[in-house]
Amino acid sequence: MSKYRLDHLDQLESEAIHILREVAGQFERPALLFSGGKDSITLVHLALKAFRPGKFPFPLVHIDTGHNFREALDFRDTLAERIGEKLVVRHVGDTIKAQNLTEPKGKFASRNALQTYTLLDTISEFRFDACIGGARRDEEKARAKERIFSVRDEFGQWDPKLQRPELWNTYNGRIHKGENVRVFPISNWTELDIWNYIRREKIELPSIYFAHQREVLEHEGQLVAVSEFIQVEETDKVSVKTVRYRTVGDMTCTAAVESGAATIDDIINEIIATKTSERGETRIDDKVSEAAMEDRKKGGYF
Amino acid sequence: MDILRFITAGSVDDGKSTLIGRLLYDSKSIMIDQLEAIEKQTKNREEGDIDLALLTDGLRAEREQGITIDVAYKYFSTPKRKFIIADAPGHIQYTRNMVTGASNADLIIILVDARNGVIEQTRRHSIIAALLNIPHVVVAVNKMDMVGYSQDTYNNIVIDYANLAQSLGIKNVTYIPISALDGDNVVERSANIPWYEGRALLDLLETIEVESATNLSDARFPVQYVIRPQTEDLHDYRGYAGKLISGIYRKGDAVTVLPSGHRSKIQSIEIGGQEVAEAFAPQSIVLHLEDDIDISRGDLIVPSANLPRLEQELLVDLCWMGSKSLNEGNKYLLQINSKRVKAIVKEIEYKLDVHTLEKKASAEAGLNDIVRVKIKTATPVAYDPYDDFRANGGAILIDETSNVTVGACMIR
Repeated sequence: MSKYRLDHLDQLESEAIHILREVAGQFERPALLFSGGKDSITLVHLALKAFRPGKFPFPLVHIDTGHNFREALDFRDTLAERIGEKLVVRHVGDTIKAQNLTEPKGKFASRNALQTYTLLDTISEFRFDACIGGARRDEEKARAKERIFSVRDEFGQWDPKLQRPELWNTYNGRIHKGENVRVFPISNWTELDIWNYIRREKIELPSIYFAHQREVLEHEGQLVAVSEFIQVEETDKVSVKTVRYRTVGDMTCTAAVESGAATIDDIINEIIATKTSERGETRIDDKVSEAAMEDRKKGGYF
Repeated sequence: MDILRFITAGSVDDGKSTLIGRLLYDSKSIMIDQLEAIEKQTKNREEGDIDLALLTDGLRAEREQGITIDVAYKYFSTPKRKFIIADAPGHIQYTRNMVTGASNADLIIILVDARNGVIEQTRRHSIIAALLNIPHVVVAVNKMDMVGYSQDTYNNIVIDYANLAQSLGIKNVTYIPISALDGDNVVERSANIPWYEGRALLDLLETIEVESATNLSDARFPVQYVIRPQTEDLHDYRGYAGKLISGIYRKGDAVTVLPSGHRSKIQSIEIGGQEVAEAFAPQSIVLHLEDDIDISRGDLIVPSANLPRLEQELLVDLCWMGSKSLNEGNKYLLQINSKRVKAIVKEIEYKLDVHTLEKKASAEAGLNDIVRVKIKTATPVAYDPYDDFRANGGAILIDETSNVTVGACMIR
């Protein structure tokens, strides 16, 4: 191998930095959507590489459903403070009150769908013209179709049948007033790429990604953390297990996996050996219908 | 481990999705839950075998119609390489989506049905491969099982395609007889085709040289963003952020900024906050120059000893992607890397007939037409001919009123 050759992680890193800088160069009021999960933490790490010693040309924005893991929220606040960047938090609970929305009901009542309302409100409050997100194309088949610069209309809607051509590494971020662009710098990374990069760059993560003891109930083969946000019935099988989270979303719709993986190396070995996809194993919200993600994106979801 | 980006072209009937499914399945990149989901859908449709096409067709409309509308990106790895597959539509009305997938590809797999040989669609996909100058073309002659693994049939297709490739100026072509359905010559060499002496497809994909696709001799650095912290301790810090799209830069190199023509020297180079002695494509870097000159987004920093062309009149092969027609005199924005300038299409020299490859006079171009045009820009554009290297010869046209990307320009 020639010395002038980048390995796959270097190539992906450079591509992501290039995309982040395109956002900085093309938009007036961008934002980085930050959830406290590993993908958006990786985005922040990439943004540090893209813009330091300067400040980020965008704030970190978190749409807080109120159903988040405490560990992820604490991590979010600590990280924003450590890097000295602005953090904007908007709460789904406030949107529910302000707009008289109906709280979802049921055993695992998820505010996931309501997140879109708060996101769109936040976009118009700050007049964001670009929102950077940590979605990856390997996650889900609708995401596999989305452009890196994905134009949304004023209702945040994605039109999958009429996407702009996206040639070479030339990104067209021109939009009309009121529209916005969702930008996905780590589109081409796989779950394993993310973990290998986290290991290489020694990126810190919230503790829930590593094995810990937790009270969980078993539901249709998935392990859901017992919390104030879900309804536990007498017939439920509740037990304390050694688990970790492969993805971090709401406590109501993210399942844990049984695992003793205590280090990044353990996690990487586990992912190499796994026979189940990331979302398939951990997301309760994707199973609703075959086109669940496509429909949510069409409705303004990120 | 490096990355190979490839695109598959051909219709569902050619076995494109089956081939991708086979590559993903045999490299163990399909997970159990994804297979279960496919099995469930296949049952719903009351069909027999598992339909691997369902794995790649991600939109509801695609599943309903059984066609690919837009590019889906799929990922798999072997110990040797990470692969990014652009699974592109084959139908003519979605050509612009295929061009999107092809623009970044190091390699294209063109599927030919052994029973049908080289057909119009093969021709169209090859024209796009030639226009976009994809470095390697692999012609996979599929469904060999349906023609009794006939060497004669295969050889005739190879001769036909070689003629087509020659007329289009396509150079690096590799031919493989396969059966995607049964896996012949996909991952393993097939015992059914003993007369074929080449490698299996995956072996080829794992070993084909892609380094040559990155030009390391002509340094080109488009400025994306200027980093100016303006803090007390970094008062004079002024870093030009961008990706080196080709070539190598070293500290001390004499450089020229285009289009202004200002000259300076490289004072230092940073990657991820660390100072380095040299940087090479495609690294994202921050460049510092010795002199304080006016540089902003869209400027191109090049070695003073190796200048690109700097012109206002461009000769362009254009793939038209707009739903409204292109007429002589229309005005657009032309974007090349981070640079945007106003542009006018002065003249349509000819339209390429994708059936006969004839060049025909035409005053306008419609969706998916390929035309040779003369474009004039408001200010000079620094570029290199597309065929020398893609990174600094490809541009897009943007309709300023709709903001949509309406054209892919290969500057000649």
